[in-house]
Amino acid sequence: MSENAYDTMILADGVTKTFGQGDTKVTALDDVSAAIRKNEFFTLLGPSGCGKTTLLRLIAGFELPTHGTILLDGQEIGHLPPYKRPVNTVFQNYALFPHMSVARNIGFGLEMQGRPKAEVDGAIDKMLALVQMEHLAGRRTDQLSGGQQQRVALARALAPHPKVLLLDEPLSALDLKLRKEMQIELKRLQSETGITFVFVTHDQEEALTMSDRIAVMAAGEILQVGSPREIYTQPARRFVADFIGDINILEAEMTADGAEVTLPGGIKMPAQLPDTLKGAAPTGRVSVAIRPEDMSFDPSGALRGTVANVVYFGVGSNVHVTLPTGEGLTVRCASDAPEIGAAVGIKLPAAAQVLAD
Amino acid sequence: MVALPDTDTQPKRGAEANAVRLAAARKSIDGSARRRRLQLLSPAMITIGIFGLFPLTITLIYSFLSPGVFGGVTWQFSTDAYVQFLFERDIFDDTLTFSNTYLSIYGRSIGLAFGATVGALLIGFPMAYFIASKPPEQRNLWLFLITLPFWTNLLIRTYAILLIIRDEGIINVSLEGLGIIDAPLGMLYTDGAIFLGLIYSYLPFMVLPLYASLEKLDFKLVEAAYDLYATRFQVLRHIIVPMAKPGIVAGCILVFIPGLGAYITPELLGGGKELMIGNLIALQFGGSRNWPFGSAAALILMVVVMLSLIVYVRYSGKENAHG
Repeated sequence: MSENAYDTMILADGVTKTFGQGDTKVTALDDVSAAIRKNEFFTLLGPSGCGKTTLLRLIAGFELPTHGTILLDGQEIGHLPPYKRPVNTVFQNYALFPHMSVARNIGFGLEMQGRPKAEVDGAIDKMLALVQMEHLAGRRTDQLSGGQQQRVALARALAPHPKVLLLDEPLSALDLKLRKEMQIELKRLQSETGITFVFVTHDQEEALTMSDRIAVMAAGEILQVGSPREIYTQPARRFVADFIGDINILEAEMTADGAEVTLPGGIKMPAQLPDTLKGAAPTGRVSVAIRPEDMSFDPSGALRGTVANVVYFGVGSNVHVTLPTGEGLTVRCASDAPEIGAAVGIKLPAAAQVLAD
Repeated sequence: MVALPDTDTQPKRGAEANAVRLAAARKSIDGSARRRRLQLLSPAMITIGIFGLFPLTITLIYSFLSPGVFGGVTWQFSTDAYVQFLFERDIFDDTLTFSNTYLSIYGRSIGLAFGATVGALLIGFPMAYFIASKPPEQRNLWLFLITLPFWTNLLIRTYAILLIIRDEGIINVSLEGLGIIDAPLGMLYTDGAIFLGLIYSYLPFMVLPLYASLEKLDFKLVEAAYDLYATRFQVLRHIIVPMAKPGIVAGCILVFIPGLGAYITPELLGGGKELMIGNLIALQFGGSRNWPFGSAAALILMVVVMLSLIVYVRYSGKENAHG
């Protein structure tokens, strides 16, 4: 990854974080390096316990790294306390101050920085307008709905105009409809303010919808960084492929020249290698990934099988097909799905994505 | 319990009849609920009546009677007790001159109790915060240690302080032994000794309510404030203290009121030389044999406390409304 130094907002270099000591020692982050660009919507995506929240807390300053450095806009911040970092956080449960009005919550950061009252008041008005909450300025925060609290939390964190806004699963407490609205709202706020957003979530759909780039994390490591499209269409690792969307992972045999793979049943198809494996193509047994929507039913298809089950979900169906070798395969079918028990031919995509473990 | 009224012998028909019956049933339930509530409340009411209002009434009546020669009262109306509080009666010509003897005892008592309250708050707040920040399974042990002194009689504990701070006590002996001082520091029988004793006696009353409100404090709020550029001191001032306010108020009331009426502490550590209200009142029922004046002194104390509480509640209520 070649990063222009002027474009990088956050640079984490070899960051390790361990908790506890001796037998109870837990490594939450293991030698993690990442570069987050200016003005980008960057998402840390992974299952719970993967270290994504720890990385966020290290950037915010709530935890100090065990090893490694964190640079913010070119300056080492790894050991600064949170109140000395131009970084603000939107917390999972918002953490609004219950003894203050909406307006005072929003003005808190600027007030603590000792800004003049006129400036604080001006910023409060601007932020209230930005999140469309002008009419609720005087309310206590416990009188607000979940979505309104969410907006106040955003306005409070954006008011001091931080260089980076950290968002720790901020939408997880909202219901589905509100969540969709807030996803759009967040994107709008990010483009209007031009602030770098670092967003933590375990919801892959949320990550794909909102992000400029996604870092997929598991077990304290970053497995792959890329645009949503790259992550979805060219997963580099088995975990990434499995975690994001529906996918078929098949055991295949790599041909000697590394250009093709042999699927179960002897069908050969071109291999697509992830960047990390290029130049050092694996040989022998490999895992390959094929998305259900990249295949279709075609009587002349090379791959043959029997329909085992059909799962309808509105815009289409997932058809589970059993191959003669006994393996299962899911094929997405937009229109009329074949009957259960029918013998079908399957048309394969142009290439199969080879996965690293 | 619920006695449904007899329905008409000629049953009414339709929704109207049902509505009437429902209303009647509801009324009967409401009535019996009210009766039940009174029945359940009665033990508490009777207790308050016998042990609270009745003695208070006796005190009020006694304060307007004349003292008996050997204690007790003679049934003759007199406002002397209240007059005596503010004025000195000349033995020869019965003229009254203003005297601040008793007022100054009240003033000193209020000062000492207030000082002890502030002292207990300053010591108790970090203690309570420390306990609240411990893992839940360790907190009970710390709370147990805080309340441990309660298991010993207050009199014994006060004597223990006396032994520590007296001229031949461990502090003076050690300091003399180390050559830091030549003569014992006269710590006992001073306001300072009473102050120390009051803080020591009532500290748990401060720590427990403070702990109760700090324990509920969401630590995420503290993090959020740090994140929004608040320094440690600003976090304390703008987040932790306001959130702990109910505990601070409860703790201060629980220390100030018993501190104001304290008897054992000033008796032993003040040596009877430095009177507090408690000693003054005790003296009237003992040595001075002036029960009416003792009753009046007790009532004046109660009125002072109640007035200051009312003023406080008014003030803090207003502050909240504008907060």
